[in-house]
Amino acid sequence: MKKLDQKTKIILSVALVVVAILGLSYLDANRSDYSYALSILERSAIYAVVAVAMNLLTGFTGLFSLGQAGFMAIGAYTVAILTIPVESRAAVYYINGIADGLANAYLPLWAALILAGIFAAFMGLLIGYPVLRLKSDYLAIATLGFSEIIRAFIAAPQLDRITNGSYGLKSIPGFPSTFMVFGVSALCILLMVMILRSSYGRAFKAIREDETAAEAMGINLSKHKQMAFVISCFFTGVSGGMLAVYMRSIDSKSFQIGLTFDILLIVVLGGIGSVTGSVFGAFLMTAGREWLRFFDNPLVVGGFSVPLFRSGFRMVIFSLILMAVVLYYRKGLMGTREFSWDGIYNFLRKHLYLRWRKPSGEEVKRDV
Amino acid sequence: MAINTLLQHGLTGISLGGAYALIAIGYTMVYGILRLINFAHGDIFMMAGYFMIFAIASFPWYVAVPIVLIATILLGVLIERVAYKPLRSAPRMSIMISAIGVSYLLQNLATYLFTALPRGYPSIPFLKKIFQIGELSASLVTIITPVLTLVLVYLLILLINHSKIGMAMRAVSKDFETSQLMGIKINQVISVTFVVGSLLAAIGSILYFTDRMTVFPFSGMLPGLKCFVAAVLGGIGSIPGAVIGGFILGLGETALVAMGYSTFSDAFTFAILIVMLLFRPTGLFGEKVTDKV
Amino acid sequence: MSDTVLNLTDVTMQFGGVIAVNNLSMEVRPGEIVAIIGPNGAGKTTAFNVITGVYAPTNGEVSFHGETIISNHPQGKMTKLYAGEHLGKYDKVIQKTPDRITKMGIARTFQNIRLFKDLTVFENVLIAKHMNMRAGLFSATCMLNHNEEKEMRQQSMELLEILDLADTKDEISSSLPYGKQRRLEIARAMATNPSLLLLDEPAAGMNPQETNDLTAFIHRLKEEFHLTVLMIEHHMNLVMEISDRIYVLDFGKLIATGTPGEIQNNQHVIDAYLGVDEDGH
Repeated sequence: MKKLDQKTKIILSVALVVVAILGLSYLDANRSDYSYALSILERSAIYAVVAVAMNLLTGFTGLFSLGQAGFMAIGAYTVAILTIPVESRAAVYYINGIADGLANAYLPLWAALILAGIFAAFMGLLIGYPVLRLKSDYLAIATLGFSEIIRAFIAAPQLDRITNGSYGLKSIPGFPSTFMVFGVSALCILLMVMILRSSYGRAFKAIREDETAAEAMGINLSKHKQMAFVISCFFTGVSGGMLAVYMRSIDSKSFQIGLTFDILLIVVLGGIGSVTGSVFGAFLMTAGREWLRFFDNPLVVGGFSVPLFRSGFRMVIFSLILMAVVLYYRKGLMGTREFSWDGIYNFLRKHLYLRWRKPSGEEVKRDV
Repeated sequence: MAINTLLQHGLTGISLGGAYALIAIGYTMVYGILRLINFAHGDIFMMAGYFMIFAIASFPWYVAVPIVLIATILLGVLIERVAYKPLRSAPRMSIMISAIGVSYLLQNLATYLFTALPRGYPSIPFLKKIFQIGELSASLVTIITPVLTLVLVYLLILLINHSKIGMAMRAVSKDFETSQLMGIKINQVISVTFVVGSLLAAIGSILYFTDRMTVFPFSGMLPGLKCFVAAVLGGIGSIPGAVIGGFILGLGETALVAMGYSTFSDAFTFAILIVMLLFRPTGLFGEKVTDKV
Repeated sequence: MSDTVLNLTDVTMQFGGVIAVNNLSMEVRPGEIVAIIGPNGAGKTTAFNVITGVYAPTNGEVSFHGETIISNHPQGKMTKLYAGEHLGKYDKVIQKTPDRITKMGIARTFQNIRLFKDLTVFENVLIAKHMNMRAGLFSATCMLNHNEEKEMRQQSMELLEILDLADTKDEISSSLPYGKQRRLEIARAMATNPSLLLLDEPAAGMNPQETNDLTAFIHRLKEEFHLTVLMIEHHMNLVMEISDRIYVLDFGKLIATGTPGEIQNNQHVIDAYLGVDEDGH
């Protein structure tokens, strides 16, 4: 295993960021041509945040929680209620009216996003206290249940004046700039990476590996599990808030169990226990759904209409691919590894350089 | 509330509970043996609904029903073979994710094959016959469901307690590895478990959908989760527990709907689950397990 | 009382119908190396699990440096027994969690090695340093606790050097050979800065050379690090060589206690090991 020196790595990383920003600026400048591509990228970035948040819990702390949709709903409704322009609220809540306290409560988007995270985290704190005592699959089913309970409350007629019940919320202003989506997502992911790299992150991993041993090393299980859960809920809430802004209109049906499963499949595809894997997974899965779209249209080859190609076929293919990953490629794209320049470098060396040089023999021997 | 209304709701509740109980048994048996929440079980139940629609289109009901039962059993066993068997030595989380994947696949497959629009469920004429008992009126299916449930459960308990395969099942659910070492054919036991679970799910689906009248690709999801909750409520691994759990949920849900809180009827199920897990994690009839360090 | 490090009083641990530990009382004094021996299933590891708070005992009390860490005297039908002169003395159940007990200064290794398998050797030790960290989540995330982190890493590295594992620091812990894994468990336990070290069969699976090294190392623990050691071990040469005192358990009961010399000549112990039946024939 050969390593690149620090300086090269920094240059490469800066180059990558610059290329990404330039690419985005180009897409943004020609928005009219690329609005479809941009919207896919934006959705991917938002999903990447919640996927990393889920991975922090499932892949790094070993807690299998399936409550993502519920916490995203909390974030989404917080942002929606606080950012819909005050003048259009009467129109949004035209059936039952809006609660008096909320009629004029307005926050700028960034503040609303933070609040979305805080509300979701607070809910996580309340829920976490009882359910984190449960073991693996019981935890999964209990959090799944909570997410349904949250959804039921949102849709409940009793809360009509806050959540607008089953009518949902419309007229949510969009992002002021594309860069905000990517900026906020990148910031959230960066923060989670820093947490995972800190001593607390190591404690989370210890819990994942062996709870009894972690406890014997002086790690307070309930405190650290609670901490991981609340952190994960916070970022899930923020990404839910972003999703609301992205979608412009939301209702309780946008946050069904299916959403959680989508996120789970991203995490699995990317590799449970790999942050970069989740990010790749989010882009791949969101884009993959679009790429596979041609399966949904009738295909005619030389006057002969190929059977099977019609609406819905895309999702069948998609789920088959996912099943194949789950069954035969259980580690996903990245396993528990992370993207690194060393990894890329060695990968390229192994597959290109060495193969190239092999006949001469000498070059190979030298660094074995 | 008049006594008649109360009885009427009670009857609906018991009937719903009976269907839940039949599905819950599938969950509890699979969990007992594989320690797996078979997320796809609800979707097997949904597919059974579609099978019925197609079977009845070409056959009279007394031919269609056996076809549905057999097709559902084949589907259940096939899923076990393809999606769970290869993961037998994998961590529990992987096999659970595989189950979620199968559920996702079945839903998408149903959407593709049958479109997302709800389809009318065929009504078997005699099941829909209305009975009039005093002031109460109920279709035959409402009355037949709880009775049939109890009969089937009785037969199942006989099978488990008095047959060789039943003994093997009990052994495997007590200790998977040891029973493997003792020469029990694990795969056979698991297949039988899936056969029984799917059979009961198919019967449950006929009873449930006859009452509901439509099937759509996601109609297995929530009932499925609820039935799992019923199984946990009764104590996972315990068949009488699953039945009682099913009835409790059916009655509770009907009561909430009757009181006008229908939005909360799903939430109620999960609230019960969480309360249960906190105060009596082993369920009403479950056994306590101690982790060895 | 406080001249003992560890004190067990009437500890009983019952699982269903099985009494794994039966009314065990023992003490460990500062600077001692004490061994618990006994046939398989004698309840030795169960005793460790009670001391470290993994199991809540059915009855009994454990104190550490004079402070009660575990105390359970079942109430209800036994209340009368504790009435009178002991009134009010036993009405509280004390059960500290394993992490609290570790923080107080009891560290342990496990019989069936429980390393953090997918993490590196270095990380395994570093994790044990987490509990004494002063920085909160925020400052740790933003890397404001730079000095503290550096100190933690340095101390962990020193421990790896002491246990001769420094050259394997970046290897995944489960890829180490068996003997090294046992040593890593000891390093990890020592990283919690204990005053009492519980070793559960430290020599199991080691070859004679490794066992000799271990013997020397346990001596060093006492002389150099002033640790008190309580260990479970089947390897009699090692036990007889380094123990100050020995407790012998059989079927959960204490059958003998004394110096290695006394134990070697104790008829009960010989019977237990040779499997003579109850009435002594």
